Amino acid sequence: MERINILASEPLLTATSAGELLELRARGSWTASNGTILESLAVAAVPAIDRATTIKLDLADLSELDTVGAWLLEKLSRRAVSAGHRADVSGVGENYAGLIEEIRQVNRHNRLPPAARNPVVTKLDKIGRSASGMTEDVAVFLQMLGSLFVAVLGVLRRPRSLRITSAVYQLYRVGWQAIPIVVLITFLIGAIIAQQGFFHFRRFGAESYTVDMVGILVLRELGVLIVAIMVAGRSGSAYTAELGSMKMREEIDALSTMGLDPIEVLILPRVVALICALPILAFIGSIAALYGGGLVAQFYGDMSPAIYIARLHDAISVTHFKVGLIKAPFMALVIGIVACSEGLRVKGSAESLGRQTTTSVVKSIFLVIVLDGLFAVFFASIGL
Amino acid sequence: MMMSQAEEPRAIRVRDLVVGFGPQVVIDHLSLDVRKGEILGLVGASGGGKSVLMRTIIGLIPQRSGTIEVLGRPVGGVEDRRTQGIAGQWGILFQQGALFSSLTVRQNVQFPLRENLVLSEELMDEIAIAKLEMVGLAPEDADKFPAELSGGMTKRVALARALALDPQIVFLDEPTSGLDPIAAGEFDTLIATLQKTLGLTVFMVTHDLASLNTVCDRVAALADGKIVAIGPMHELLQSEHPWVRAYFHGKRSQMLQPQAG
Repeated sequence: MERINILASEPLLTATSAGELLELRARGSWTASNGTILESLAVAAVPAIDRATTIKLDLADLSELDTVGAWLLEKLSRRAVSAGHRADVSGVGENYAGLIEEIRQVNRHNRLPPAARNPVVTKLDKIGRSASGMTEDVAVFLQMLGSLFVAVLGVLRRPRSLRITSAVYQLYRVGWQAIPIVVLITFLIGAIIAQQGFFHFRRFGAESYTVDMVGILVLRELGVLIVAIMVAGRSGSAYTAELGSMKMREEIDALSTMGLDPIEVLILPRVVALICALPILAFIGSIAALYGGGLVAQFYGDMSPAIYIARLHDAISVTHFKVGLIKAPFMALVIGIVACSEGLRVKGSAESLGRQTTTSVVKSIFLVIVLDGLFAVFFASIGL
Repeated sequence: MMMSQAEEPRAIRVRDLVVGFGPQVVIDHLSLDVRKGEILGLVGASGGGKSVLMRTIIGLIPQRSGTIEVLGRPVGGVEDRRTQGIAGQWGILFQQGALFSSLTVRQNVQFPLRENLVLSEELMDEIAIAKLEMVGLAPEDADKFPAELSGGMTKRVALARALALDPQIVFLDEPTSGLDPIAAGEFDTLIATLQKTLGLTVFMVTHDLASLNTVCDRVAALADGKIVAIGPMHELLQSEHPWVRAYFHGKRSQMLQPQAG
């Protein structure tokens, strides 16, 4: 039963035709490694086969044969048979009898080729699908919000069912471990804003207003926005990937079958941790940005720290600080809901995990910015 | 067995192989021959190095010392060009199937063909369907994604992919684990049939006593990093090695006793 490796010889298909009879002799090694040559040999033999009424296929000189070769030979004889001609196969070596018999059985089912579709219809179909996908996105978001609300009610009824350990661990991950990078980025942003302020305001002799700009911008908008975007990229993606791979390995199904609610066990602690962490990070980030602005004021704007602090004291009030921080928990909630619901939408494949993670980050950053805009309109209209 | 040891054709030849991780030595001066055209079953304790041995032979784990030859050619690490040259000569069925989850069943089977050969789309489709039918799947399954397949189907598709290039050697890592006895029995028959039709050499890591008994020509027992017994099933049943005795004469192996007698 073993394949003898004689020097792999060039495959050949010689045709001798005598009137209505066509004799085909296959020789050499008809194996996958010669696939390209074999295919052209088979194609070249087709016209001769169509002309003849009786085909004799002699396989006695084959040195090697595998599935690819056997299938090509079988295809030739099938072509003759389907045209109503005779096809006899002879000289089948003992080694290959089983293989040839097996190949006779395959590809017998005629499968309909997929019908070509109208490109306009395809395009419309795509638009329709993405529109209905969008409503589905909204539904998923609302459903997650609702389930979280129900889970919170459950926790209020039975406070012991809150997973404190898990929430603290998540807080450590999304809060404590995020501090260095948040501080670094917001520090740089504060410094850049201050530098730009001094550079442009100097022309009007209005350098001191740079401090007002830095203070208000950082506390009201930028501090919390930048931090929220970073948390969405850093922790939101981690949530989606974790929950997605848990979904893939059926861990979430395992939890449900044990009578536990995955929302309560996995998602609530994560969202709670995020809601606690984001205001803290936004606060730390804002301070770092103000500090960065102060350093630039000292070394680039020739403003002593004492004056910087005094100006800051005049320029900003607690209101600005409150306006900034009030937004943080809502942004955290949006990030948490998007990240967790996208995680639960992961299907079995690795590709879908990647796609949902990307979707989660893009969507939560988008929603955070939209939310920030809505808050700006709201605060403006109530006069804060 | 008139042929002398040296003349017999070898598919795999392992000599003095040592493999370890850190201070731990998993494979300790192991030697093993796999004859061409046989089905060799490898048994061993869980965590005893069976999979390590298989992965070392196919070049996924580097060896500390010793030589491995597959079809007479030495095997190095995965990066080694020589190993890549042999890759067309072997097919590997991983325990979980290791199907590419972003490709359909058909594309999975076609993947090795596409990477190694220049064939027309039509022919590649026909070959993929042919392979799928040979492993007992319906052509309708060809457009499914791996996530939509049952455990048994996944193994069959993985086998079809392993056979895509008509390799001479097939490595199977626990092919029947996770299958019900009927599906496992069918898979055993399938392996035996394909081995006969395609003239394969099969290297099979398994715990399934039934497949050892029914399809394997020879069985090798791995214990303490060495092959402690090798031979047809009835010889192994008579082995005096304590681990082999425990393995084949434990409670779960009672069903083998009548055949052994």
